[in-house]
Amino acid sequence: MRADVRIQTADFDIAEEWAACRQRCGGAAGAIVAFGGLVRDRAGNADVRGLYLEHYPGMTEASIERICEEAAGRWRLLDATVIHRVGDLASEDQIVLVLVASGHRPDAFAACEFIMDYLKTDAVFWKKERRRGGDVWIEATPSDRQRRAGWKRTA
Amino acid sequence: MATGGAVNVTVRFFASLREAVGVDCLTVQPDEPTLGGLRCALAGLLDAAQWEAVAARSVQVALNQAIVKDDAALAEGDEVAFLPAVTGG
Repeated sequence: MRADVRIQTADFDIAEEWAACRQRCGGAAGAIVAFGGLVRDRAGNADVRGLYLEHYPGMTEASIERICEEAAGRWRLLDATVIHRVGDLASEDQIVLVLVASGHRPDAFAACEFIMDYLKTDAVFWKKERRRGGDVWIEATPSDRQRRAGWKRTA
Repeated sequence: MATGGAVNVTVRFFASLREAVGVDCLTVQPDEPTLGGLRCALAGLLDAAQWEAVAARSVQVALNQAIVKDDAALAEGDEVAFLPAVTGG
Protein backbone atom coordinates (compact mmCIF):
# COMPACT_ATOMS: atom_id res chain seq x y z
CA MET A 1 0.00 0.00 0.00
CA ARG A 2 1.12 3.52 -0.73
CA ALA A 3 0.84 5.94 2.19
CA ASP A 4 1.29 9.67 1.68
CA VAL A 5 1.72 11.62 4.92
CA ARG A 6 1.97 15.40 4.85
CA ILE A 7 2.27 17.90 7.67
CA GLN A 8 1.70 21.46 6.52
CA THR A 9 0.53 24.89 7.57
CA ALA A 10 -1.33 25.38 4.26
CA ASP A 11 -4.93 24.36 3.69
CA PHE A 12 -5.78 21.35 1.50
CA ASP A 13 -8.35 20.59 -1.18
CA ILE A 14 -10.24 17.33 -0.60
CA ALA A 15 -11.45 17.20 -4.23
CA GLU A 16 -7.89 17.45 -5.50
CA GLU A 17 -6.65 14.69 -3.17
CA TRP A 18 -9.64 12.51 -4.05
CA ALA A 19 -8.96 12.87 -7.79
CA ALA A 20 -5.25 12.10 -7.31
CA CYS A 21 -6.12 9.00 -5.26
CA ARG A 22 -8.57 7.81 -7.94
CA GLN A 23 -5.95 8.26 -10.59
CA ARG A 24 -3.30 6.34 -8.63
CA CYS A 25 -5.61 3.41 -7.90
CA GLY A 26 -7.15 3.12 -11.34
CA GLY A 27 -9.56 0.22 -11.69
CA ALA A 28 -8.32 -1.55 -8.57
CA ALA A 29 -10.28 0.71 -6.21
CA GLY A 30 -13.88 -0.09 -5.44
CA ALA A 31 -14.17 2.49 -2.66
CA ILE A 32 -12.59 5.68 -1.40
CA VAL A 33 -13.51 6.98 2.04
CA ALA A 34 -12.50 10.50 3.09
CA PHE A 35 -12.68 12.04 6.53
CA GLY A 36 -12.24 15.78 6.94
CA GLY A 37 -11.70 17.18 10.42
CA LEU A 38 -12.64 20.80 11.09
CA VAL A 39 -11.98 23.25 13.90
CA ARG A 40 -15.40 23.57 15.47
CA ASP A 41 -16.67 26.28 17.77
CA ARG A 42 -15.84 24.80 21.13
CA ALA A 43 -19.31 23.84 22.42
CA GLY A 44 -20.49 27.41 22.17
CA ASN A 45 -17.55 28.58 24.23
CA ALA A 46 -17.05 32.11 23.00
CA ASP A 47 -13.77 32.30 24.91
CA VAL A 48 -12.02 29.94 22.48
CA ARG A 49 -10.67 31.91 19.54
CA GLY A 50 -8.75 29.18 17.73
CA LEU A 51 -6.19 26.40 17.89
CA TYR A 52 -2.43 26.22 17.64
CA LEU A 53 -0.88 22.91 16.60
CA GLU A 54 2.73 21.91 17.02
CA HIS A 55 4.62 18.83 15.81
CA TYR A 56 8.06 17.21 15.94
CA PRO A 57 9.30 17.16 12.33
CA GLY A 58 10.33 13.64 11.40
CA MET A 59 8.90 11.88 14.43
CA THR A 60 5.37 13.08 13.71
CA GLU A 61 5.44 11.83 10.10
CA ALA A 62 6.88 8.49 11.29
CA SER A 63 4.12 8.14 13.92
CA ILE A 64 1.45 8.59 11.23
CA GLU A 65 3.21 6.25 8.80
CA ARG A 66 3.17 3.59 11.55
CA ILE A 67 -0.58 4.08 12.03
CA CYS A 68 -1.12 3.66 8.26
CA GLU A 69 1.05 0.52 8.23
CA GLU A 70 -0.97 -0.92 11.10
CA ALA A 71 -4.19 -0.19 9.18
CA ALA A 72 -2.72 -1.87 6.09
CA GLY A 73 -2.00 -4.94 8.21
CA ARG A 74 -5.66 -5.17 9.28
CA TRP A 75 -7.50 -4.35 6.05
CA ARG A 76 -6.87 -4.68 2.32
CA LEU A 77 -5.90 -1.15 1.34
CA LEU A 78 -4.59 0.31 -1.89
CA ASP A 79 -3.75 3.83 -0.89
CA ALA A 80 -3.85 6.15 2.13
CA THR A 81 -3.36 9.90 2.32
CA VAL A 82 -3.10 11.75 5.62
CA ILE A 83 -2.72 15.52 5.61
CA HIS A 84 -2.48 17.22 9.00
CA ARG A 85 -2.19 20.95 9.41
CA VAL A 86 -0.07 22.68 12.06
CA GLY A 87 0.30 26.25 13.24
CA ASP A 88 -2.53 28.66 13.95
CA LEU A 89 -6.04 27.60 12.91
CA ALA A 90 -9.32 29.43 13.29
CA SER A 91 -12.84 28.16 13.85
CA GLU A 92 -14.21 26.40 10.72
CA ASP A 93 -10.71 25.77 9.30
CA GLN A 94 -9.85 22.32 7.97
CA ILE A 95 -7.40 20.56 10.27
CA VAL A 96 -6.98 16.99 9.01
CA LEU A 97 -7.74 14.80 6.00
CA VAL A 98 -7.71 11.00 6.01
CA LEU A 99 -8.36 9.47 2.59
CA VAL A 100 -8.33 5.69 2.16
CA ALA A 101 -8.86 3.59 -0.97
CA SER A 102 -9.61 -0.11 -1.07
CA GLY A 103 -11.08 -2.70 -3.37
CA HIS A 104 -14.05 -2.93 -1.06
CA ARG A 105 -16.20 -0.56 0.97
CA PRO A 106 -15.97 -2.21 4.44
CA ASP A 107 -12.17 -2.09 4.42
CA ALA A 108 -12.08 1.56 3.37
CA PHE A 109 -14.64 2.64 5.99
CA ALA A 110 -12.97 0.73 8.82
CA ALA A 111 -9.42 1.79 7.96
CA CYS A 112 -10.36 5.46 7.67
CA GLU A 113 -11.99 5.41 11.11
CA PHE A 114 -9.11 3.43 12.61
CA ILE A 115 -6.48 5.86 11.27
CA MET A 116 -8.47 8.84 12.57
CA ASP A 117 -8.95 7.30 16.03
CA TYR A 118 -5.24 6.54 16.29
CA LEU A 119 -4.32 10.07 15.14
CA LYS A 120 -6.09 11.35 18.26
CA THR A 121 -4.00 9.28 20.67
CA ASP A 122 -0.77 8.19 18.95
CA ALA A 123 0.24 10.85 16.44
CA VAL A 124 2.87 13.27 17.73
CA PHE A 125 1.01 16.58 17.85
CA TRP A 126 0.29 19.08 20.57
CA LYS A 127 -2.76 21.27 20.50
CA LYS A 128 -3.37 24.53 22.28
CA GLU A 129 -6.69 26.30 22.61
CA ARG A 130 -6.39 30.02 22.33
CA ARG A 131 -8.75 31.40 24.95
CA ARG A 132 -9.48 34.94 25.95
CA GLY A 133 -8.31 34.29 29.49
CA GLY A 134 -5.05 32.65 28.31
CA ASP A 135 -3.95 29.68 26.19
CA VAL A 136 -4.51 26.10 27.35
CA TRP A 137 -2.74 22.93 26.10
CA ILE A 138 -5.29 20.18 25.61
CA GLU A 139 -4.92 16.39 25.70
CA ALA A 140 -6.67 13.39 24.18
CA THR A 141 -10.03 12.93 25.94
CA PRO A 142 -11.09 9.74 27.80
CA SER A 143 -13.50 9.04 24.91
CA ASP A 144 -10.58 9.36 22.43
CA ARG A 145 -8.68 6.74 24.47
CA GLN A 146 -11.74 4.49 24.69
CA ARG A 147 -12.19 4.54 20.92
CA ARG A 148 -8.55 3.58 20.40
CA ALA A 149 -8.82 0.80 23.00
CA GLY A 150 -11.89 -0.52 21.16
CA TRP A 151 -9.77 -1.26 18.09
CA LYS A 152 -7.36 -3.32 20.22
CA ARG A 153 -10.16 -5.57 21.42
CA THR A 154 -11.52 -6.28 17.96
CA ALA A 155 -8.08 -6.84 16.40
CA MET B 1 33.74 11.84 34.15
CA ALA B 2 32.10 8.73 32.71
CA THR B 3 34.11 5.93 31.14
CA GLY B 4 34.53 6.53 27.42
CA GLY B 5 34.49 10.30 27.81
CA ALA B 6 31.79 12.91 28.07
CA VAL B 7 29.10 13.15 25.43
CA ASN B 8 27.17 16.23 24.36
CA VAL B 9 23.50 15.69 23.70
CA THR B 10 20.90 18.05 22.32
CA VAL B 11 17.83 18.26 24.52
CA ARG B 12 14.56 19.46 23.00
CA PHE B 13 11.37 20.51 24.74
CA PHE B 14 8.02 20.65 22.98
CA ALA B 15 4.71 22.42 23.50
CA SER B 16 3.84 22.94 27.19
CA LEU B 17 7.34 21.81 28.25
CA ARG B 18 9.00 24.36 25.99
CA GLU B 19 6.87 27.02 27.65
CA ALA B 20 7.61 25.67 31.15
CA VAL B 21 11.37 25.53 30.58
CA GLY B 22 11.50 28.71 28.52
CA VAL B 23 13.75 27.34 25.75
CA ASP B 24 13.18 24.80 22.98
CA CYS B 25 16.71 23.44 22.94
CA LEU B 26 19.71 22.91 25.26
CA THR B 27 23.08 21.24 24.89
CA VAL B 28 23.87 19.11 27.95
CA GLN B 29 26.89 17.03 28.95
CA PRO B 30 25.65 14.47 31.51
CA ASP B 31 28.11 12.84 33.97
CA GLU B 32 26.78 9.44 33.00
CA PRO B 33 25.93 8.88 29.30
CA THR B 34 22.45 7.46 29.84
CA LEU B 35 18.99 8.97 29.89
CA GLY B 36 19.03 8.58 33.69
CA GLY B 37 22.30 10.54 33.77
CA LEU B 38 20.79 13.23 31.60
CA ARG B 39 17.82 13.49 33.97
CA CYS B 40 20.26 14.08 36.87
CA ALA B 41 22.02 16.79 34.87
CA LEU B 42 18.71 18.47 33.99
CA ALA B 43 17.52 18.33 37.60
CA GLY B 44 20.62 20.40 38.45
CA LEU B 45 20.25 22.83 35.54
CA LEU B 46 16.53 23.57 35.80
CA ASP B 47 14.69 25.27 38.61
CA ALA B 48 12.16 23.31 40.70
CA ALA B 49 9.07 24.25 38.68
CA GLN B 50 10.80 23.56 35.34
CA TRP B 51 12.10 20.20 36.53
CA GLU B 52 8.69 19.20 37.91
CA ALA B 53 7.18 19.78 34.44
CA VAL B 54 9.92 17.80 32.67
CA ALA B 55 9.84 14.91 35.17
CA ALA B 56 6.02 14.52 35.10
CA ARG B 57 4.85 10.92 34.66
CA SER B 58 2.89 11.77 31.49
CA VAL B 59 6.05 13.01 29.75
CA GLN B 60 7.61 10.57 27.27
CA VAL B 61 11.22 10.73 26.16
CA ALA B 62 12.40 10.18 22.60
CA LEU B 63 16.02 9.39 21.75
CA ASN B 64 16.71 10.27 18.12
CA GLN B 65 12.93 10.29 17.61
CA ALA B 66 12.20 6.84 19.14
CA ILE B 67 10.55 6.49 22.57
CA VAL B 68 13.02 5.10 25.16
CA LYS B 69 13.32 4.20 28.85
CA ASP B 70 15.68 5.61 31.47
CA ASP B 71 18.46 3.05 30.91
CA ALA B 72 18.93 4.11 27.26
CA ALA B 73 22.60 4.84 26.46
CA LEU B 74 23.50 8.22 24.98
CA ALA B 75 26.17 8.91 22.36
CA GLU B 76 27.80 12.10 21.13
CA GLY B 77 25.36 14.19 19.10
CA ASP B 78 22.22 12.33 20.18
CA GLU B 79 18.95 14.24 20.30
CA VAL B 80 16.76 13.67 23.35
CA ALA B 81 13.26 15.13 23.24
CA PHE B 82 10.86 15.52 26.15
CA LEU B 83 7.31 15.07 24.89
CA PRO B 84 4.18 16.02 26.80
CA ALA B 85 1.00 13.96 26.22
CA VAL B 86 0.13 14.05 22.51
CA THR B 87 -3.14 14.60 20.69
CA GLY B 88 -3.80 15.01 16.99
CA GLY B 89 -6.80 15.08 14.70
